[in-house]
Amino acid sequence: MDTFLFLIFAAIAVGCGVIVVSQRHPIHSAISLIGVMGSLAVLYLLLGAEFIAATQVLVYAGAVMVLFLFVIMLLNAGVEPPGGKSWPVRLLGIPLLVVLLGVVSFLIRGWIPVKETVVFGSFTGGGPRDVGGALFTEYLLPFEIVSVLILVAILGAVVLGGKEID
Amino acid sequence: MNFYLLTVLKTAVVAAALLTTLAYLQWIERKVIAHIQIRMGPYRVGPHGLLQPLADVIKLLTKEDLIPAHVNKFFYMLAPFLAVSLALISIAVIPFGPEIEIGGTRTWMQLTDLNIGILFLLAISSVSVYGIALGGWASNNKYSLLGSLRSAAQMISYELPLGLALAAPLLMAGTLSLREIVYAQSGYWFGMIPKWAVFQMPAPQVIGFLIFLIAAFAETNRLPFDLPEAENELVAGFHTEYSSMKFASFFMAEYANMVTITAVATTVFLGGWMAPFPAEYGSRLVPTAVLGLAGALALYHGFHPLRPRDRRTLPVVGVVFLVLAGVFLLPAVQSWLLPLFWFLAKTGALLFLFIWVRGTLPRFRYDQLMRFGWKFLFPVAVVNLFATALLVALFG
Repeated sequence: MDTFLFLIFAAIAVGCGVIVVSQRHPIHSAISLIGVMGSLAVLYLLLGAEFIAATQVLVYAGAVMVLFLFVIMLLNAGVEPPGGKSWPVRLLGIPLLVVLLGVVSFLIRGWIPVKETVVFGSFTGGGPRDVGGALFTEYLLPFEIVSVLILVAILGAVVLGGKEID
Repeated sequence: MNFYLLTVLKTAVVAAALLTTLAYLQWIERKVIAHIQIRMGPYRVGPHGLLQPLADVIKLLTKEDLIPAHVNKFFYMLAPFLAVSLALISIAVIPFGPEIEIGGTRTWMQLTDLNIGILFLLAISSVSVYGIALGGWASNNKYSLLGSLRSAAQMISYELPLGLALAAPLLMAGTLSLREIVYAQSGYWFGMIPKWAVFQMPAPQVIGFLIFLIAAFAETNRLPFDLPEAENELVAGFHTEYSSMKFASFFMAEYANMVTITAVATTVFLGGWMAPFPAEYGSRLVPTAVLGLAGALALYHGFHPLRPRDRRTLPVVGVVFLVLAGVFLLPAVQSWLLPLFWFLAKTGALLFLFIWVRGTLPRFRYDQLMRFGWKFLFPVAVVNLFATALLVALFG
Protein backbone atom coordinates (compact mmCIF):
# COMPACT_ATOMS: atom_id res chain seq x y z
CA MET A 1 0.00 0.00 0.00
CA ASP A 2 2.75 2.46 1.00
CA THR A 3 4.83 1.62 -2.06
CA PHE A 4 1.77 1.99 -4.24
CA LEU A 5 1.00 5.44 -2.80
CA PHE A 6 4.65 6.40 -3.13
CA LEU A 7 4.68 5.47 -6.81
CA ILE A 8 1.47 7.39 -7.50
CA PHE A 9 2.53 10.59 -5.77
CA ALA A 10 6.12 10.40 -7.02
CA ALA A 11 4.71 10.13 -10.55
CA ILE A 12 2.40 13.11 -9.91
CA ALA A 13 5.29 15.15 -8.51
CA VAL A 14 7.52 14.42 -11.50
CA GLY A 15 4.70 14.93 -13.98
CA CYS A 16 3.74 18.28 -12.46
CA GLY A 17 7.41 19.25 -12.38
CA VAL A 18 7.69 18.59 -16.11
CA ILE A 19 4.53 20.63 -16.73
CA VAL A 20 5.95 23.56 -14.72
CA VAL A 21 8.76 24.01 -17.24
CA SER A 22 6.91 22.94 -20.38
CA GLN A 23 3.80 25.15 -20.03
CA ARG A 24 3.88 28.54 -21.70
CA HIS A 25 1.28 30.17 -19.50
CA PRO A 26 2.58 31.36 -16.08
CA ILE A 27 -0.67 30.46 -14.27
CA HIS A 28 -0.53 26.87 -15.55
CA SER A 29 3.07 26.61 -14.38
CA ALA A 30 2.20 28.02 -10.96
CA ILE A 31 -0.67 25.57 -10.47
CA SER A 32 1.57 22.67 -11.50
CA LEU A 33 4.12 23.85 -8.96
CA ILE A 34 1.38 23.64 -6.31
CA GLY A 35 0.80 20.06 -7.48
CA VAL A 36 4.50 19.34 -6.95
CA MET A 37 4.37 20.83 -3.43
CA GLY A 38 1.25 18.86 -2.57
CA SER A 39 2.63 15.53 -3.72
CA LEU A 40 5.90 16.23 -1.91
CA ALA A 41 3.84 16.74 1.26
CA VAL A 42 2.25 13.32 0.74
CA LEU A 43 5.73 11.78 0.32
CA TYR A 44 6.83 13.38 3.62
CA LEU A 45 3.73 11.95 5.22
CA LEU A 46 4.57 8.47 3.93
CA LEU A 47 8.04 8.78 5.43
CA GLY A 48 6.56 9.61 8.84
CA ALA A 49 7.33 13.34 8.88
CA GLU A 50 3.84 14.67 9.63
CA PHE A 51 4.95 18.07 10.86
CA ILE A 52 7.08 18.73 7.79
CA ALA A 53 4.21 17.59 5.56
CA ALA A 54 1.75 19.99 7.18
CA THR A 55 4.16 22.93 7.08
CA GLN A 56 5.01 22.10 3.47
CA VAL A 57 1.37 22.59 2.51
CA LEU A 58 0.85 25.50 4.90
CA VAL A 59 3.91 27.52 3.90
CA TYR A 60 4.74 26.56 0.31
CA ALA A 61 1.42 25.53 -1.24
CA GLY A 62 -0.62 27.88 0.96
CA ALA A 63 1.35 31.08 1.43
CA VAL A 64 4.23 31.28 -1.04
CA MET A 65 2.33 30.02 -4.07
CA VAL A 66 -0.71 32.19 -3.31
CA LEU A 67 1.62 35.19 -3.45
CA PHE A 68 3.09 33.94 -6.75
CA LEU A 69 -0.38 33.49 -8.18
CA PHE A 70 -1.41 36.88 -6.84
CA VAL A 71 1.49 38.61 -8.57
CA ILE A 72 0.90 36.72 -11.84
CA MET A 73 -2.77 37.66 -11.79
CA LEU A 74 -2.05 41.27 -10.80
CA LEU A 75 0.47 41.78 -13.60
CA ASN A 76 -1.84 39.87 -15.95
CA ALA A 77 1.11 37.99 -17.42
CA GLY A 78 0.14 36.44 -20.73
CA VAL A 79 1.27 33.42 -22.70
CA GLU A 80 4.99 33.32 -23.40
CA PRO A 81 5.76 33.34 -27.12
CA PRO A 82 7.59 30.18 -28.17
CA GLY A 83 11.30 30.89 -28.34
CA GLY A 84 13.04 30.41 -31.69
CA LYS A 85 15.07 27.26 -31.19
CA SER A 86 18.31 26.85 -33.10
CA TRP A 87 18.98 23.48 -34.79
CA PRO A 88 21.52 22.12 -32.22
CA VAL A 89 18.91 22.67 -29.47
CA ARG A 90 16.23 20.80 -31.40
CA LEU A 91 18.61 17.98 -32.30
CA LEU A 92 20.50 17.45 -29.04
CA GLY A 93 18.10 18.75 -26.34
CA ILE A 94 16.30 15.57 -25.36
CA PRO A 95 19.25 13.13 -25.79
CA LEU A 96 21.48 15.38 -23.64
CA LEU A 97 18.73 15.62 -21.00
CA VAL A 98 18.51 11.82 -20.85
CA VAL A 99 22.30 11.57 -20.53
CA LEU A 100 22.32 14.15 -17.72
CA LEU A 101 19.56 12.33 -15.81
CA GLY A 102 21.42 9.03 -16.25
CA VAL A 103 24.71 10.45 -14.95
CA VAL A 104 23.05 12.14 -11.95
CA SER A 105 21.11 9.02 -10.95
CA PHE A 106 24.24 6.90 -11.37
CA LEU A 107 26.22 9.22 -9.09
CA ILE A 108 23.45 9.29 -6.47
CA ARG A 109 23.25 5.49 -6.48
CA GLY A 110 26.99 5.37 -6.02
CA TRP A 111 27.00 7.73 -3.02
CA ILE A 112 24.17 6.20 -1.06
CA PRO A 113 24.87 2.72 0.39
CA VAL A 114 22.52 0.17 -1.15
CA LYS A 115 21.83 -1.62 2.15
CA GLU A 116 20.05 1.35 3.76
CA THR A 117 16.81 1.32 1.83
CA VAL A 118 13.88 3.28 3.20
CA VAL A 119 11.18 1.31 4.98
CA PHE A 120 7.85 3.11 5.13
CA GLY A 121 6.55 3.46 8.65
CA SER A 122 9.89 2.77 10.35
CA PHE A 123 10.52 6.42 11.27
CA THR A 124 8.23 7.81 13.94
CA GLY A 125 10.02 10.93 15.21
CA GLY A 126 8.33 13.37 12.84
CA GLY A 127 5.59 14.72 15.09
CA PRO A 128 5.47 18.37 16.17
CA ARG A 129 6.80 17.51 19.65
CA ASP A 130 9.93 15.79 18.28
CA VAL A 131 10.64 18.45 15.68
CA GLY A 132 10.13 21.27 18.20
CA GLY A 133 12.33 19.55 20.76
CA ALA A 134 15.15 19.04 18.27
CA LEU A 135 14.82 22.57 16.90
CA PHE A 136 15.02 24.33 20.28
CA THR A 137 17.70 22.18 21.94
CA GLU A 138 20.05 20.43 19.55
CA TYR A 139 19.78 22.77 16.58
CA LEU A 140 19.10 26.05 18.39
CA LEU A 141 22.07 27.94 16.93
CA PRO A 142 21.38 27.06 13.26
CA PHE A 143 17.72 27.83 13.85
CA GLU A 144 18.49 31.28 15.25
CA ILE A 145 20.98 32.00 12.46
CA VAL A 146 18.38 31.10 9.85
CA SER A 147 15.82 33.39 11.49
CA VAL A 148 18.33 36.27 11.44
CA LEU A 149 18.96 35.54 7.75
CA ILE A 150 15.24 35.69 7.05
CA LEU A 151 15.01 38.96 8.98
CA VAL A 152 17.77 40.41 6.79
CA ALA A 153 15.89 39.27 3.68
CA ILE A 154 12.68 40.90 4.94
CA LEU A 155 14.53 44.16 5.65
CA GLY A 156 15.96 44.04 2.14
CA ALA A 157 12.51 43.51 0.67
CA VAL A 158 11.10 46.43 2.67
CA VAL A 159 13.95 48.72 1.55
CA LEU A 160 13.52 47.67 -2.09
CA GLY A 161 9.75 47.83 -2.04
CA GLY A 162 9.30 50.96 0.10
CA LYS A 163 8.73 54.34 -1.46
CA GLU A 164 11.84 56.48 -1.54
CA ILE A 165 11.87 59.20 1.07
CA ASP A 166 13.80 62.31 0.12
CA MET B 1 -16.73 -4.13 14.25
CA ASN B 2 -14.59 -4.02 11.19
CA PHE B 3 -12.46 -0.84 11.16
CA TYR B 4 -13.16 -0.03 7.51
CA LEU B 5 -16.90 -0.63 7.79
CA LEU B 6 -17.06 1.54 10.91
CA THR B 7 -15.10 4.32 9.22
CA VAL B 8 -17.34 4.26 6.16
CA LEU B 9 -20.43 4.36 8.39
CA LYS B 10 -19.11 7.28 10.44
CA THR B 11 -18.10 9.17 7.32
CA ALA B 12 -21.53 8.63 5.80
CA VAL B 13 -23.27 9.92 8.94
CA VAL B 14 -21.04 12.97 9.23
CA ALA B 15 -21.29 13.77 5.51
CA ALA B 16 -25.08 13.46 5.51
CA ALA B 17 -25.39 15.60 8.65
CA LEU B 18 -22.98 18.22 7.30
CA LEU B 19 -24.64 18.53 3.90
CA THR B 20 -28.10 18.82 5.48
CA THR B 21 -26.75 21.44 7.86
CA LEU B 22 -25.32 23.40 4.94
CA ALA B 23 -28.67 23.42 3.15
CA TYR B 24 -30.62 24.43 6.26
CA LEU B 25 -28.01 26.91 7.44
CA GLN B 26 -28.86 28.91 4.38
CA TRP B 27 -32.57 28.75 5.27
CA ILE B 28 -31.79 29.81 8.85
CA GLU B 29 -29.66 32.68 7.59
CA ARG B 30 -32.40 33.94 5.29
CA LYS B 31 -34.97 33.65 8.08
CA VAL B 32 -32.83 35.36 10.72
CA ILE B 33 -31.79 38.20 8.43
CA ALA B 34 -35.39 38.62 7.32
CA HIS B 35 -36.53 38.95 10.94
CA ILE B 36 -33.68 41.40 11.68
CA GLN B 37 -34.98 43.49 8.78
CA ILE B 38 -38.64 42.98 9.85
CA ARG B 39 -39.54 40.77 6.88
CA MET B 40 -40.95 37.26 6.71
CA GLY B 41 -38.19 35.54 4.72
CA PRO B 42 -38.91 32.34 2.78
CA TYR B 43 -42.51 31.37 3.49
CA ARG B 44 -44.05 29.72 0.43
CA VAL B 45 -42.40 26.31 0.05
CA GLY B 46 -43.55 24.16 2.95
CA PRO B 47 -44.56 25.43 6.41
CA HIS B 48 -42.46 28.54 7.21
CA GLY B 49 -40.48 27.90 4.03
CA LEU B 50 -38.95 24.75 5.52
CA LEU B 51 -38.74 23.03 2.13
CA GLN B 52 -37.06 26.04 0.51
CA PRO B 53 -33.54 24.46 0.66
CA LEU B 54 -34.87 21.39 -1.16
CA ALA B 55 -36.45 23.57 -3.83
CA ASP B 56 -33.20 25.50 -4.19
CA VAL B 57 -31.22 22.29 -4.61
CA ILE B 58 -33.60 21.02 -7.28
CA LYS B 59 -33.45 24.35 -9.09
CA LEU B 60 -29.65 24.43 -9.04
CA LEU B 61 -29.34 20.79 -10.14
CA THR B 62 -31.72 21.07 -13.07
CA LYS B 63 -30.58 24.46 -14.31
CA GLU B 64 -28.60 24.56 -17.55
CA ASP B 65 -24.87 24.31 -16.86
CA LEU B 66 -23.64 27.30 -18.79
CA ILE B 67 -19.96 27.63 -19.74
CA PRO B 68 -19.24 31.09 -21.18
CA ALA B 69 -17.23 31.08 -24.40
CA HIS B 70 -14.39 33.29 -23.19
CA VAL B 71 -13.36 31.35 -20.07
CA ASN B 72 -10.31 29.20 -19.50
CA LYS B 73 -12.23 25.91 -19.45
CA PHE B 74 -9.91 23.73 -17.37
CA PHE B 75 -9.49 26.14 -14.50
CA TYR B 76 -13.09 27.31 -14.77
CA MET B 77 -14.19 23.73 -14.08
CA LEU B 78 -11.47 23.05 -11.51
CA ALA B 79 -12.12 26.09 -9.30
CA PRO B 80 -15.56 25.19 -7.83
CA PHE B 81 -14.46 21.58 -7.38
CA LEU B 82 -11.38 22.73 -5.44
CA ALA B 83 -13.39 25.17 -3.36
CA VAL B 84 -16.04 22.71 -2.25
CA SER B 85 -13.83 19.66 -1.72
CA LEU B 86 -11.30 21.57 0.37
CA ALA B 87 -14.10 23.15 2.38
CA LEU B 88 -15.72 19.79 3.16
CA ILE B 89 -12.46 17.98 4.05
CA SER B 90 -11.68 19.85 7.25
CA ILE B 91 -14.66 18.46 9.18
CA ALA B 92 -12.77 15.13 9.30
CA VAL B 93 -10.59 16.17 12.25
CA ILE B 94 -13.25 17.94 14.35
CA PRO B 95 -14.15 16.00 17.52
CA PHE B 96 -17.89 16.04 18.25
CA GLY B 97 -17.70 14.07 21.47
CA PRO B 98 -15.73 11.58 23.59
CA GLU B 99 -15.25 7.86 23.03
CA ILE B 100 -18.63 6.15 23.12
CA GLU B 101 -20.02 2.64 23.06
CA ILE B 102 -22.97 1.72 20.82
CA GLY B 103 -24.06 -1.90 20.70
CA GLY B 104 -20.75 -3.19 22.07
CA THR B 105 -18.61 -1.21 19.63
CA ARG B 106 -16.33 1.45 21.05
CA THR B 107 -15.60 4.38 18.81
CA TRP B 108 -14.68 8.07 18.96
CA MET B 109 -17.17 10.72 17.88
CA GLN B 110 -14.59 12.02 15.46
CA LEU B 111 -13.63 10.80 12.00
CA THR B 112 -9.90 10.83 12.60
CA ASP B 113 -7.55 12.29 15.17
CA LEU B 114 -4.28 13.62 13.79
CA ASN B 115 -1.44 14.65 16.05
CA ILE B 116 -1.05 17.60 13.68
CA GLY B 117 -4.79 18.33 13.71
CA ILE B 118 -4.61 22.12 14.00
CA LEU B 119 -1.84 22.33 11.42
CA PHE B 120 -3.94 20.21 9.06
CA LEU B 121 -6.85 22.63 9.45
CA LEU B 122 -4.61 25.65 8.87
CA ALA B 123 -3.03 23.98 5.84
CA ILE B 124 -6.42 23.22 4.30
CA SER B 125 -7.68 26.73 4.98
CA SER B 126 -4.56 28.26 3.45
CA VAL B 127 -4.94 26.15 0.29
CA SER B 128 -8.66 26.82 -0.03
CA VAL B 129 -8.00 30.32 -1.40
CA TYR B 130 -7.13 28.72 -4.75
CA GLY B 131 -10.75 27.86 -5.47
CA ILE B 132 -11.77 31.51 -5.34
CA ALA B 133 -8.57 32.88 -6.89
CA LEU B 134 -8.66 30.50 -9.87
CA GLY B 135 -12.39 30.85 -10.36
CA GLY B 136 -12.09 34.62 -10.65
CA TRP B 137 -9.10 34.45 -12.95
CA ALA B 138 -10.46 31.71 -15.23
CA SER B 139 -13.75 33.59 -15.71
CA ASN B 140 -11.84 36.13 -17.81
CA ASN B 141 -13.99 38.94 -16.48
CA LYS B 142 -12.57 42.04 -14.82
CA TYR B 143 -15.07 42.01 -11.95
CA SER B 144 -14.33 38.37 -11.22
CA LEU B 145 -10.59 38.98 -11.37
CA LEU B 146 -10.84 41.96 -9.00
CA GLY B 147 -12.92 39.86 -6.63
CA SER B 148 -10.46 37.02 -6.58
CA LEU B 149 -7.47 39.34 -6.17
CA ARG B 150 -9.16 40.95 -3.19
CA SER B 151 -9.94 37.55 -1.79
CA ALA B 152 -6.35 36.32 -2.12
CA ALA B 153 -4.93 39.43 -0.46
CA GLN B 154 -7.54 39.35 2.28
CA MET B 155 -7.08 35.68 3.10
CA ILE B 156 -3.29 35.96 3.25
CA SER B 157 -3.53 39.01 5.49
CA TYR B 158 -6.01 37.53 7.96
CA GLU B 159 -4.47 34.08 8.10
CA LEU B 160 -1.63 35.50 10.20
CA PRO B 161 -3.78 36.83 13.08
CA LEU B 162 -5.90 33.68 12.80
CA GLY B 163 -2.90 31.39 13.22
CA LEU B 164 -1.36 33.49 15.98
CA ALA B 165 -4.65 33.62 17.89
CA LEU B 166 -4.91 29.83 17.62
CA ALA B 167 -1.33 29.36 18.83
CA ALA B 168 -1.96 30.99 22.22
CA PRO B 169 -4.44 28.41 23.62
CA LEU B 170 -2.24 25.66 22.14
CA LEU B 171 0.55 26.84 24.46
CA MET B 172 -1.69 26.02 27.43
CA ALA B 173 -3.00 22.76 25.98
CA GLY B 174 0.48 21.58 24.96
CA THR B 175 -0.73 19.53 21.99
CA LEU B 176 -1.89 19.93 18.39
CA SER B 177 -4.38 17.07 18.47
CA LEU B 178 -7.91 18.49 18.63
CA ARG B 179 -9.13 15.66 20.86
CA GLU B 180 -6.42 16.31 23.44
CA ILE B 181 -7.03 20.06 23.22
CA VAL B 182 -10.60 19.43 24.37
CA TYR B 183 -9.43 17.18 27.20
CA ALA B 184 -6.96 19.87 28.30
CA GLN B 185 -10.00 22.12 28.86
CA SER B 186 -11.98 19.65 31.02
CA GLY B 187 -12.72 20.34 34.68
CA TYR B 188 -13.94 23.41 36.58
CA TRP B 189 -12.38 26.21 38.63
CA PHE B 190 -13.91 26.37 42.15
CA GLY B 191 -16.27 23.63 40.92
CA MET B 192 -18.14 26.24 38.88
CA ILE B 193 -16.26 28.02 36.10
CA PRO B 194 -15.27 25.74 33.20
CA LYS B 195 -11.57 25.46 32.35
CA TRP B 196 -12.17 26.41 28.71
CA ALA B 197 -9.36 28.29 26.97
CA VAL B 198 -11.31 31.56 27.32
CA PHE B 199 -11.33 31.10 31.11
CA GLN B 200 -8.12 29.05 31.40
CA MET B 201 -5.48 30.11 33.92
CA PRO B 202 -2.82 31.52 33.77
CA ALA B 203 -3.77 33.38 30.57
CA PRO B 204 -7.50 33.58 29.76
CA GLN B 205 -7.81 33.77 25.98
CA VAL B 206 -10.64 36.32 25.73
CA ILE B 207 -8.65 38.61 23.45
CA GLY B 208 -7.36 35.64 21.47
CA PHE B 209 -10.93 34.43 20.97
CA LEU B 210 -12.06 37.84 19.70
CA ILE B 211 -9.10 38.05 17.30
CA PHE B 212 -9.90 34.56 16.07
CA LEU B 213 -13.53 35.44 15.49
CA ILE B 214 -12.72 38.63 13.58
CA ALA B 215 -10.16 36.83 11.43
CA ALA B 216 -12.68 34.04 10.89
CA PHE B 217 -15.16 36.52 9.41
CA ALA B 218 -12.46 37.61 6.96
CA GLU B 219 -11.35 34.05 6.15
CA THR B 220 -14.87 32.98 5.28
CA ASN B 221 -15.49 36.12 3.20
CA ARG B 222 -18.47 37.09 5.31
CA LEU B 223 -19.77 40.54 6.08
CA PRO B 224 -18.26 42.89 7.23
CA PHE B 225 -15.34 41.52 5.17
CA ASP B 226 -17.18 40.24 2.08
CA LEU B 227 -15.24 42.42 -0.35
CA PRO B 228 -14.50 39.54 -2.78
CA GLU B 229 -18.19 39.49 -3.67
CA ALA B 230 -19.20 43.07 -2.89
CA GLU B 231 -22.24 43.18 -5.16
CA ASN B 232 -22.52 46.94 -5.50
CA GLU B 233 -18.92 47.20 -6.72
CA LEU B 234 -18.16 43.89 -8.43
CA VAL B 235 -21.51 42.47 -9.65
CA ALA B 236 -21.01 39.20 -7.71
CA GLY B 237 -17.22 39.10 -7.51
CA PHE B 238 -15.42 35.87 -8.23
CA HIS B 239 -18.57 33.85 -9.06
CA THR B 240 -20.15 36.32 -11.50
CA GLU B 241 -19.71 33.95 -14.45
CA TYR B 242 -20.82 30.80 -12.64
CA SER B 243 -24.27 29.24 -12.75
CA SER B 244 -26.09 26.05 -11.78
CA MET B 245 -24.10 23.44 -9.78
CA LYS B 246 -20.80 25.29 -10.11
CA PHE B 247 -22.35 28.31 -8.44
CA ALA B 248 -23.88 26.00 -5.83
CA SER B 249 -20.41 24.56 -5.15
CA PHE B 250 -19.04 27.99 -4.28
CA PHE B 251 -22.09 28.62 -2.14
CA MET B 252 -21.68 25.32 -0.31
CA ALA B 253 -17.98 26.00 0.17
CA GLU B 254 -18.75 29.30 1.89
CA TYR B 255 -21.18 27.70 4.33
CA ALA B 256 -18.93 24.67 4.91
CA ASN B 257 -16.07 27.02 5.77
CA MET B 258 -18.35 28.79 8.21
CA VAL B 259 -19.32 25.53 9.90
CA THR B 260 -15.69 24.40 10.10
CA ILE B 261 -14.34 27.63 11.51
CA THR B 262 -17.05 27.85 14.18
CA ALA B 263 -16.41 24.19 15.07
CA VAL B 264 -12.70 25.00 15.44
CA ALA B 265 -13.50 28.01 17.63
CA THR B 266 -15.70 25.76 19.78
CA THR B 267 -13.04 23.08 20.03
CA VAL B 268 -10.04 25.28 20.76
CA PHE B 269 -11.56 28.15 22.75
CA LEU B 270 -14.89 26.97 24.16
CA GLY B 271 -14.01 23.53 25.46
CA GLY B 272 -15.50 21.43 22.66
CA TRP B 273 -18.15 19.07 23.97
CA MET B 274 -17.59 19.94 27.67
CA ALA B 275 -20.63 21.21 29.58
CA PRO B 276 -20.44 24.85 30.79
CA PHE B 277 -21.08 23.87 34.41
CA PRO B 278 -20.69 20.58 36.31
CA ALA B 279 -23.23 17.77 36.40
CA GLU B 280 -23.79 18.29 40.17
CA TYR B 281 -25.48 21.58 39.33
CA GLY B 282 -27.72 19.86 36.82
CA SER B 283 -26.00 20.44 33.46
CA ARG B 284 -27.44 17.07 32.39
CA LEU B 285 -30.94 18.49 32.58
CA VAL B 286 -30.29 21.60 30.44
CA PRO B 287 -31.12 19.98 27.06
CA THR B 288 -34.31 18.50 28.51
CA ALA B 289 -35.27 21.85 30.02
CA VAL B 290 -34.58 23.82 26.82
CA LEU B 291 -36.37 21.36 24.55
CA GLY B 292 -39.22 20.92 27.03
CA LEU B 293 -39.70 24.69 27.25
CA ALA B 294 -39.73 24.96 23.45
CA GLY B 295 -42.25 22.10 23.28
CA ALA B 296 -44.49 23.67 25.94
CA LEU B 297 -44.36 27.04 24.17
CA ALA B 298 -45.30 25.46 20.84
CA LEU B 299 -48.18 23.57 22.49
CA TYR B 300 -49.46 26.74 24.19
CA HIS B 301 -49.44 28.69 20.94
CA GLY B 302 -51.00 25.71 19.19
CA PHE B 303 -54.00 25.85 21.53
CA HIS B 304 -54.17 29.67 21.40
CA PRO B 305 -53.48 30.11 17.68
CA LEU B 306 -52.77 33.51 16.12
CA ARG B 307 -53.48 32.10 12.64
CA PRO B 308 -55.89 29.29 11.80
CA ARG B 309 -53.25 26.92 10.50
CA ASP B 310 -51.17 27.16 13.69
CA ARG B 311 -53.85 24.95 15.30
CA ARG B 312 -52.68 22.08 13.08
CA THR B 313 -48.90 22.64 12.84
CA LEU B 314 -47.76 23.86 16.25
CA PRO B 315 -49.06 20.96 18.40
CA VAL B 316 -47.10 18.54 16.16
CA VAL B 317 -43.94 20.62 16.61
CA GLY B 318 -44.57 20.78 20.35
CA VAL B 319 -44.96 17.00 20.67
CA VAL B 320 -41.76 16.43 18.64
CA PHE B 321 -39.84 18.74 20.98
CA LEU B 322 -41.28 17.07 24.08
CA VAL B 323 -40.31 13.62 22.78
CA LEU B 324 -36.78 14.88 22.09
CA ALA B 325 -36.67 16.32 25.61
CA GLY B 326 -37.62 12.88 26.92
CA VAL B 327 -34.93 11.17 24.84
CA PHE B 328 -32.26 13.28 26.56
CA LEU B 329 -33.33 11.73 29.90
CA LEU B 330 -32.62 8.13 28.81
CA PRO B 331 -29.37 6.99 30.47
CA ALA B 332 -28.55 4.70 27.52
CA VAL B 333 -28.14 7.57 25.04
CA GLN B 334 -27.12 10.33 27.47
CA SER B 335 -23.44 9.38 27.23
CA TRP B 336 -23.24 10.45 23.60
CA LEU B 337 -26.22 12.79 23.18
CA LEU B 338 -25.12 15.22 25.91
CA PRO B 339 -21.63 15.91 24.50
CA LEU B 340 -23.14 16.24 21.05
CA PHE B 341 -25.74 18.67 22.41
CA TRP B 342 -23.12 20.93 24.01
CA PHE B 343 -20.90 20.84 20.92
CA LEU B 344 -23.80 21.68 18.62
CA ALA B 345 -25.12 24.34 21.00
CA LYS B 346 -21.79 26.19 21.08
CA THR B 347 -21.21 25.85 17.33
CA GLY B 348 -24.78 26.90 16.66
CA ALA B 349 -24.45 29.96 18.88
CA LEU B 350 -21.34 31.03 16.97
CA LEU B 351 -23.06 30.42 13.63
CA PHE B 352 -25.94 32.59 14.81
CA LEU B 353 -23.39 35.28 15.67
CA PHE B 354 -22.06 35.08 12.09
CA ILE B 355 -25.57 35.61 10.72
CA TRP B 356 -26.37 38.32 13.26
CA VAL B 357 -23.24 40.25 12.30
CA ARG B 358 -24.17 39.95 8.63
CA GLY B 359 -27.57 41.44 9.38
CA THR B 360 -26.11 44.27 11.46
CA LEU B 361 -22.77 45.59 10.22
CA PRO B 362 -21.97 47.47 7.01
CA ARG B 363 -19.07 46.45 4.77
CA PHE B 364 -15.52 47.70 5.31
CA ARG B 365 -13.76 49.74 2.66
CA TYR B 366 -10.81 47.88 1.14
CA ASP B 367 -8.08 50.12 2.58
CA GLN B 368 -9.78 49.99 5.98
CA LEU B 369 -9.78 46.20 5.78
CA MET B 370 -6.05 46.04 5.06
CA ARG B 371 -5.13 48.69 7.63
CA PHE B 372 -7.23 46.98 10.29
CA GLY B 373 -5.72 43.58 9.55
CA TRP B 374 -2.07 44.57 9.46
CA LYS B 375 -1.87 47.54 11.81
CA PHE B 376 -4.28 46.48 14.52
CA LEU B 377 -5.24 42.80 14.48
CA PHE B 378 -1.78 41.40 13.71
CA PRO B 379 0.12 43.35 16.44
CA VAL B 380 -2.57 42.55 19.00
CA ALA B 381 -2.36 38.86 18.10
CA VAL B 382 1.45 38.93 18.47
CA VAL B 383 1.23 40.67 21.86
CA ASN B 384 -1.44 38.20 22.98
CA LEU B 385 0.78 35.28 21.98
CA PHE B 386 3.84 36.71 23.77
CA ALA B 387 1.87 37.52 26.91
CA THR B 388 0.41 34.01 26.96
CA ALA B 389 3.84 32.47 26.43
CA LEU B 390 5.28 34.54 29.29
CA LEU B 391 2.43 33.67 31.66
CA VAL B 392 2.59 29.98 30.78
CA ALA B 393 6.36 29.96 31.29
CA LEU B 394 6.03 31.71 34.68
CA PHE B 395 2.98 29.98 36.16
CA GLY B 396 2.09 27.14 33.77
